Amino acid sequence: MSAHTAGPIPRRTGAAPSRRIGTLHGGWILTQRELAHWARQPATPVFSLLFTIMLLLMFAFIFGGSIRLPGGGDYIQFLLPGMMALAMMFGVESTMTAMAADAKKGITDRFRSMPLGDASVSLGRVGADMVGSAVELAILIGGGLLLGWRTTGSPAAAAAAVLLLLWLRFALLWAGICLGLTVGRHQGAETLVQVLVWPVGFLSTVFAAPELMPPWLGALAAWNPVSATATAVRELFGSPTGVTVGWLAEHAVLAAVLWPLALTAVLLPLSARAYRRLRR
Amino acid sequence: MRADGCGPDGRRPAIRAVGLRKRYGTLDALDGFDLEAEAGAVHGLLGPNGAGKSTAVSILSTLVEADGGTAEVAGADVRRDPGAVRRRAGLIGQHPAVDEILGGRQNLVMFGRLLGLRRREAAARADELLEAFGLAEAAARPASSYSGGMRRRLDIAAGMILDPEVLFLDEPTAGLDPRGRIDVWEAVARIAARGTTVLLTTQHLEEADRLAHRVSIMKAGRIIAEGAPDQLKRQRGGDRIEIAAGDPAAAADIGRALTGATGPAPEVDGLTHRVTVPAPRGTADLSEAVRRLDAAGLAPDDIGLRRPTLDEVFLALTEKEDA
Repeated sequence: MSAHTAGPIPRRTGAAPSRRIGTLHGGWILTQRELAHWARQPATPVFSLLFTIMLLLMFAFIFGGSIRLPGGGDYIQFLLPGMMALAMMFGVESTMTAMAADAKKGITDRFRSMPLGDASVSLGRVGADMVGSAVELAILIGGGLLLGWRTTGSPAAAAAAVLLLLWLRFALLWAGICLGLTVGRHQGAETLVQVLVWPVGFLSTVFAAPELMPPWLGALAAWNPVSATATAVRELFGSPTGVTVGWLAEHAVLAAVLWPLALTAVLLPLSARAYRRLRR
Repeated sequence: MRADGCGPDGRRPAIRAVGLRKRYGTLDALDGFDLEAEAGAVHGLLGPNGAGKSTAVSILSTLVEADGGTAEVAGADVRRDPGAVRRRAGLIGQHPAVDEILGGRQNLVMFGRLLGLRRREAAARADELLEAFGLAEAAARPASSYSGGMRRRLDIAAGMILDPEVLFLDEPTAGLDPRGRIDVWEAVARIAARGTTVLLTTQHLEEADRLAHRVSIMKAGRIIAEGAPDQLKRQRGGDRIEIAAGDPAAAADIGRALTGATGPAPEVDGLTHRVTVPAPRGTADLSEAVRRLDAAGLAPDDIGLRRPTLDEVFLALTEKEDA
């Protein structure tokens, strides 16, 4: 025996666990894994927050002065809720990257070789990313307040706005999981998604009013699920929405409930299928 | 560390695969794969790249579903009861599957909890295993700071948390330096010594020769030869005497002196001045050869009995129909 290895490998004492742990319990343990990552390596979440804050400052101070809003209103009041919706949408990328990294390193296979519920691995991701996004939202709200953004809605409306934002994040999480499990293993596809989130995120009402875009582009932007959430959240926070006409102006909150619901209804089963197809 | 290779009291095999098939696109990764691994033994699965070793391990450890055939691991059917297989068998994949950001102890506690241990049980088990695998001092450090060998040992420790009946090791020493490789060999030998059945895939024949009680050689998705390493070597043509001479003339003299000594004719290699004589009776033939050389007054530089290596067996079997 070398100096590296000690005595014999001990047998485990105590009764064998008779049943596998529940799916939710497994998900919770894997959520804790991610939280432990942040404690061990705080630079990663901090950099991703700095990025969001940088984007916020760029639009608030560089472009903000030259953008006007239909229906009037201060740009910073308009921008903040939009940035929150955009941050939720950009989460797709970090979810995908994290899922793909575990798959590439064989960690997903190790989990799959253990007596865990099929959904535990994805639920762990959901738990961790939802906590991460809640923290990100809190920081954006805090930063916004420092920049002079104010909510004029009731506390209940503000709480509803936060829930709608997290609802969008939840729906798009499944896109990240699905992409991470399928194309995520190919570096090229991963980069493509990282590039595509930009036009998809920007072709919305996040930074500018759709009414000021060419009509066809404006229509596209108004139909973007990110726009539904951004506009609904602006309404609830009492911020200017920049949308004065059309379906979105009338039913933003409804759209912000239904869009993520529809996305989840499609993407959650696709993610489950992608996970099962790893067995092929 | 090697056992005698004979089965302990005829228990059911720990792994039994019958006619496994798996097709990826147009490639038959497994094409009628049969395997029986005796309980408590180390079974080596050898084969060139692309022979289907990893596909076989993936199916046996329930990661991948076979297109056809059946397999049982630790008494459970991989298709009908994958949950039981996962409780009774551990998988150590090709790359160490540990969380590199977390510490060694954190890794083992997390895996222990995922396997159904309570937090305190998982912590106690983690400490035992860190000690046993020589990682106690590095327990708090992130796994990313570990050497390749340490990471692999942590990986193997994670596979031992529940005392599995069967452990799959898929090329556990790939990419390790000699120190790391020896560490892993020791770990595997200790795991085998406590009665865990090990299925070990490898491309290093030395590794199989050292660790495995039985070896199956794979080619193109099926097993083409099986047996204890010594059995396979004997099949390959038995022992021979190798004699090194100082110069071509001496080699020729030795060749003449030994003609008829052991039956078959000696082969004389003019370039290396080496004489090879088949030795079907092993040491008896060697003694006879030494006596004859002595009687002829010939003193070779070196003389010895040599057995075919597993490499020779492997190359002969896997390259037979190629070229």
